[in-house]
Amino acid sequence: MALPEKQPVDKKFIDPAAVKQSISKRLVVNRFTKSIFLMGLLFGLVVLAVLITGVLRDGIGYLSLDFLQNFPSRRPERAGIYPALMGSIWLMVMIIPMIFLIGVGSAIYLEEYAKKGRMTSFIEVNISNLAGVPSIVFGLLGLTFFVRNMSLGSTLISGALTLGLMSLPVVIVSSQEAIRAVPQAMRHASLALGASKWQTTYKVVLPASLPGIITGIILSVSRAIGETAPLIMVGAAIFIARAPSGFFSEFTALPIQIYNWTSRPQEEFQYLASAGIIVLMVILIAMNSVAIWIRNKYSKRY
Amino acid sequence: MDTKVTQLDKQETLATNGNDRPSVYKVNDLNLWYGDDHALKDINLDIKKNEVTAIIGPSGCGKSTFIKTLNRMVELVPSVRTNGEILYHDRNIFDKDYQVEELRTSVGMVFQQPNPFPKSIYDNIAYGPRVHGVTSKKVLDEIIERSLRGAAIWDEVKDRLNENAYGLSGGQQQRLCIARTLAIEPDVILMDEPTSALDPISTLKVEELVQELKTDYSIIIVTHNMQQAARVSDKTAFFLNGEVVEYDQTDRIFSNPSDKRTEDYISGRFG
Repeated sequence: MALPEKQPVDKKFIDPAAVKQSISKRLVVNRFTKSIFLMGLLFGLVVLAVLITGVLRDGIGYLSLDFLQNFPSRRPERAGIYPALMGSIWLMVMIIPMIFLIGVGSAIYLEEYAKKGRMTSFIEVNISNLAGVPSIVFGLLGLTFFVRNMSLGSTLISGALTLGLMSLPVVIVSSQEAIRAVPQAMRHASLALGASKWQTTYKVVLPASLPGIITGIILSVSRAIGETAPLIMVGAAIFIARAPSGFFSEFTALPIQIYNWTSRPQEEFQYLASAGIIVLMVILIAMNSVAIWIRNKYSKRY
Repeated sequence: MDTKVTQLDKQETLATNGNDRPSVYKVNDLNLWYGDDHALKDINLDIKKNEVTAIIGPSGCGKSTFIKTLNRMVELVPSVRTNGEILYHDRNIFDKDYQVEELRTSVGMVFQQPNPFPKSIYDNIAYGPRVHGVTSKKVLDEIIERSLRGAAIWDEVKDRLNENAYGLSGGQQQRLCIARTLAIEPDVILMDEPTSALDPISTLKVEELVQELKTDYSIIIVTHNMQQAARVSDKTAFFLNGEVVEYDQTDRIFSNPSDKRTEDYISGRFG
């Protein structure tokens, strides 16, 4: 087949002189937008740096092994954070398996098993909406449902269930995204070898999406650990002289202890609060580092 | 048990050597819709054992859809509807009690894009056998060597079985995928444009492989490349707009087609 003859171009739509003129103008706009974005970033970083240095300056002197091992006290020099620290650790240990099983299970069902249709997308939209519900509302739910209706009382289990429920939407959505990011070709390869849907999910989809899933879980757990409002609603103790000993113990948590100290009139308690914040931040940074480490270690390229 | 039967069948076919080979697939009045789109229209084909059957046709003619129907992978598309029947060894694969997992264990598939798992070469091949319950390391080692030799890639990878399959070249990955299919000891191998993502040398290797494999397997290969169909296949089906225009011995199709449209297509007048 012969190619049609090329038409001569008699008119140009792009004028080189005008282009040359506009380039310098466009580059000015480019530099301007770039500096705005940089300023945005710097603003965030500077505020964060000021906050952190403030907390460190106030609190670092009060940090000691005693501070971690002592119980709260009316005398600031003897006050410690032990019950709150243990309470937070207990909460974490209880929340993680709960949201892993329920959250990842729901995400697998929605992505791999559920028929795509109106019902499924209705459920998905509502899960995303739940992620935006203020934490105090989850606290109210926990108070009515777990503390009163199920008669669990103001105990660790009520607190963990409430915080877990609060974290679930984020875990489900982020797990769904991680699962969706696994290429279809991987599923097809497995199914075409005669593997069942569960074998495909368990052996191919989950290993490939695990870094994303775990990152989502750790990030939402670290958010839950920093929450105060739902725990106050559920009735975590403001002052407690015992570390929790089981699911049904009374408890307090780091943010509540910090809140408690900041509301005291004596100046020393403000410094104790700063020390508490440092402990909380160390826990959160450690967890986020674990998330990053897991993501880098297990990420596989496609 | 099954393998013995297959071997007996094979001896029979070798003895008769030709046209009255037993059928693996009998497709009767198959229709398929994607939503309202009628993608396959009244397909009737009889696919023989230990032959290479090529399916050719222009883009969008339904050849990939057809081959994916043979192992029911097409059902992964949510809006698919089918009617008619496909008899695989005289059993309708659309029967309610026919489990797709069983079907796909005897009908392996190689895809257009090489799709190894992001695992080691060893684990890629071992995946299928492990899914079907093989756990013994000794047995697995044997399967892996046999499958890789079967796919003519053993010499290239035998010293790096524990390396990630993603480190292989595209052509090696595709032969690895063929080896992975051989590892489940299938009876039929479906190949959906297996060389369209490969360079000419890798293509040649895969074509040679297809020729070797046909003594043990029945192969159905979709291809865009008519020379490839002419080189590797015994029978060729020409698809156009969801219909089978012509299905015959490959040399007949390419030398003396009975339908004008087939002639136009293979002589490059369209498509």
